[in-house]
Amino acid sequence: MSIELQKIAKSYADNLVLQDISVQIQTGEFFAIVGPSGCGKSTLLRMIAGLIPISAGILKIDNQVVNQLPPQQRKLTMVFQNYALFPFLNVHDNVGFGLKARKLAPVKVEKRVKEALELVNLSEFAARKPRELSGGQRQRVALARAIASDAKICLMDEPLSNLDAQLRGKMRSEIRELQQRLGLTLIYVTHDQIEAMTMADRIMVLNDQQIQQVGTPTEIYQRPQNAFVAGFFGTPRINLLPVQHAVAKQLVVDESLTVNLNQPLPAGKYYLGIRPNDLRADFASEKTNAALRNLEYLGTQSVIHAELDNGQLVRVTVDGKLTAGINQRLLVTAEQNFIVFNEQQQAVLFAERGKQIGTTSNQQLQEA
Amino acid sequence: MEQQVTNNSKKLKQLPQNLSSLKTVSYDVNARDKLHAIWFLGPSLLVLAVFVFYPMLRTLYLSLFLTNNLGKPTVFVGLQNYWSLLTSSSYLASLQATFVYVIAVSILTLIFGLLLAQAASFKVKGSNFFRTVFSGTMGVSVSVAAIFWLFMFNPSIGLLDQIASVLHLPVINWLTQPGWAMTAIVISTVWMNLGFTFLIFFGALQTVPVNLYEAAQIEGVSKSYQFFHITLPMISPTVFFVSIITLIESFKSFGLIDLMTAGGPNNATNLLVYRIYQDAFLNGNYGLASTESVILAIIIAIFTFLQFKILEKRVTYQ
Amino acid sequence: MIEAHSKRQKILEYTVLLILTIFILIPFILGFWTSFLPTADISKGALWSSHLSLDNYVAAITQTPIIRYLFNSLVVSILTMLAQLLFCSMSAYAFVFLKFKGRDGLFYLVLATMMLPFEAEVIPNFATVRSLNLLNHYAVMVVPFLTSAFGIFMLRQAFLQIPTEVKEAADVEGLSHWQFYARVVLPYSRISLLTLAAYSFLASWNQYLWPMLTTFSDNFRPVQDGLRQLQSQETFNNWGMIQASAAIVVIPTLLVLFIGQHYFKSGLNEGAVK
Repeated sequence: MSIELQKIAKSYADNLVLQDISVQIQTGEFFAIVGPSGCGKSTLLRMIAGLIPISAGILKIDNQVVNQLPPQQRKLTMVFQNYALFPFLNVHDNVGFGLKARKLAPVKVEKRVKEALELVNLSEFAARKPRELSGGQRQRVALARAIASDAKICLMDEPLSNLDAQLRGKMRSEIRELQQRLGLTLIYVTHDQIEAMTMADRIMVLNDQQIQQVGTPTEIYQRPQNAFVAGFFGTPRINLLPVQHAVAKQLVVDESLTVNLNQPLPAGKYYLGIRPNDLRADFASEKTNAALRNLEYLGTQSVIHAELDNGQLVRVTVDGKLTAGINQRLLVTAEQNFIVFNEQQQAVLFAERGKQIGTTSNQQLQEA
Repeated sequence: MEQQVTNNSKKLKQLPQNLSSLKTVSYDVNARDKLHAIWFLGPSLLVLAVFVFYPMLRTLYLSLFLTNNLGKPTVFVGLQNYWSLLTSSSYLASLQATFVYVIAVSILTLIFGLLLAQAASFKVKGSNFFRTVFSGTMGVSVSVAAIFWLFMFNPSIGLLDQIASVLHLPVINWLTQPGWAMTAIVISTVWMNLGFTFLIFFGALQTVPVNLYEAAQIEGVSKSYQFFHITLPMISPTVFFVSIITLIESFKSFGLIDLMTAGGPNNATNLLVYRIYQDAFLNGNYGLASTESVILAIIIAIFTFLQFKILEKRVTYQ
Repeated sequence: MIEAHSKRQKILEYTVLLILTIFILIPFILGFWTSFLPTADISKGALWSSHLSLDNYVAAITQTPIIRYLFNSLVVSILTMLAQLLFCSMSAYAFVFLKFKGRDGLFYLVLATMMLPFEAEVIPNFATVRSLNLLNHYAVMVVPFLTSAFGIFMLRQAFLQIPTEVKEAADVEGLSHWQFYARVVLPYSRISLLTLAAYSFLASWNQYLWPMLTTFSDNFRPVQDGLRQLQSQETFNNWGMIQASAAIVVIPTLLVLFIGQHYFKSGLNEGAVK
């Protein structure tokens, strides 16, 4: 069951919340929609589900235009952020609710509910009410309900955001495993970049009412099309440093913090994007260009927050524990892994270990 | 960054035109809903139209007419009915009696309701028994309450006057002396209100966080100070709610008066609703009674409106 | 020191409780006590008589239609309650889950009717039921109260508490409006429905003015007006029997109240405070 979105837009009165959303989602794909809160990702999911009408554009499921079909005829199922369980029904009846409403034969309902509960390891809780379950178990009931419906498309709206961090990690792999086993086409909305990176086959990044980029996790991380995408993925956040001036094939942030280009760029204003682990911090150097402002110890690595002498704040990760005092001087330098953004914050050049690739167009977002 | 934002807002402005050209037909939820609305709302709207909206307009209409004894309007008199009511000393006396009654009942109900709720929260053995007793008058309907209190107030055999004679106090003809009749009606009404009021206040008291009292105790604050500076402010929305409910219900009092005093003695307890009943159904003066109804409705509408304002506030701030 | 203080406080608390209990209970106790006494003794003011018997109850049941009155009230109250549960919940559903033009305007119109006391509209309503030939029948006490603005308002507030995602889940499952109303919304709001049931039953049970105007025979007269009837008849000074009738009327409601007290308390507070 593939899903195709063609120039989908949504507006409320004169207020445009989504525009020009086009993408093709393959059968059996785990497709994540990511973006900050208020970017319209839940709205997009609800339009695909048929819960809210599409203002403009065409939505196809299995090559059929479904814009005018009510949700139940779109052969899909949905898992909600707060699970949307019925508090007055027990687990078993919650899972079988939609099947009964669709007047499926009782024997069939029974069989499907049983199978679904087994899949999520909840068989022994069938008789319990939702309030007698833990958060993770409730989440599983919601999953079981989606599984039982036997639809091949499943939509999930931030299904893990109400769980604690540890449980979230566990559920991530469970959902991924279920999706693969059942061959579901899954559209997964989240604001959590880690969820998207670890689970999805492909990711759509939404911001400012429109698509910022669509691509595999690797593409999104290594080839972000613009500064927003680069900043949204990866922790700690990528450093986005204004280039002071370009000298021939060199981009200069400050005297010591420079990167080399294979070919010169046209004149203009540029930003240099460097991930914190692609910067080096040297406390032993005689020559320094920054002062330590804060230090976060995370176990296997430490994050240095330093202020360059020109006032720029940078984040640098180093392995292991670091003993350094606040305001201690250090030298911050760059490796040759970086991204160059133009004045409109669109990526124009990716550099990885000496290999440098320019983008074809500055304006156009391309699917890599 | 900023530049990008302006770029986008430019795009935003252009887009609505694009939208209309792109617009495809989405399945129409609204058509389905509209049809359902007729079925879901129809019965209620019909009943409200016949028994609330129509009579409201009809009452307004009748209040401008003289009527025959069948209730049919005969002569259009404009605001004459209103004028004659507002200049009639007897009606003004009724109005005054009603306000006295309403205010006395509301204040006493509030005070005793709070007292009962506070007392029922004492941590003593048997507090469940007291709670049950205090809510007891909720199960008493108006006619039963009237019978109970008619007997209490009976001048020769009633308990109150028997006690009075034992104590050599003057015997009061409760229901046949104007001032005392009003007192009797007020006492009976308050007694009847208390069960409901107690339950509401008691419930509200339970919602005050215990740690507020614990903090006060650590500060060494007295019980009465706690009541006025913690309890009352915390349950003030409920107090307001109850006072307005009581006020409105008191304006509509009819049963106790009909059963206990029939508006007497000397019209001392002839409250607004009882007067409407007398003028319309005993005297056949429907036009005048309609005018009285309009005045009653206006008074109650004002208080109900107040109540909504308060309820609305609380619903949104929750 | 602390012990003595707390003992003094306990005594004070019990005193307050006792005084309040007496104030609340005296009319009950006196009423019940005299219902067991011969009227002759009551009229003499001899309340400490020892001639206790159930004669008054026997007389009330055999000589007056009090049981019929109770039955009438029960029929009218149950019918009114069921109708209000149905029609108020349907209307509230429309105001929460259906989208149609003018919905909010209509809701405020319904809300506005709460400002209009029924007592101020009895004159045209009396004419209406007379022309509909409903006078002196159960219908006259039920039909005008088939729905209530208060009930609609209360249930709308309750339905608004249902998470939108529940509605969306039902949409994905393909539930029709009727299915969603009956299978999800009603069970979801059970507590509020029970509160409305109690409220509408009691309101109907306590109706006084309207039945007094519209019922003329013992076959349909509800209990509130039945007691009025008994008082105004020849039994006027038969205090024993009147008290027995009052007891017969009040005992069932008191029992229901005490049994359902826990339930009632939470329900009332939900309705009122929320």
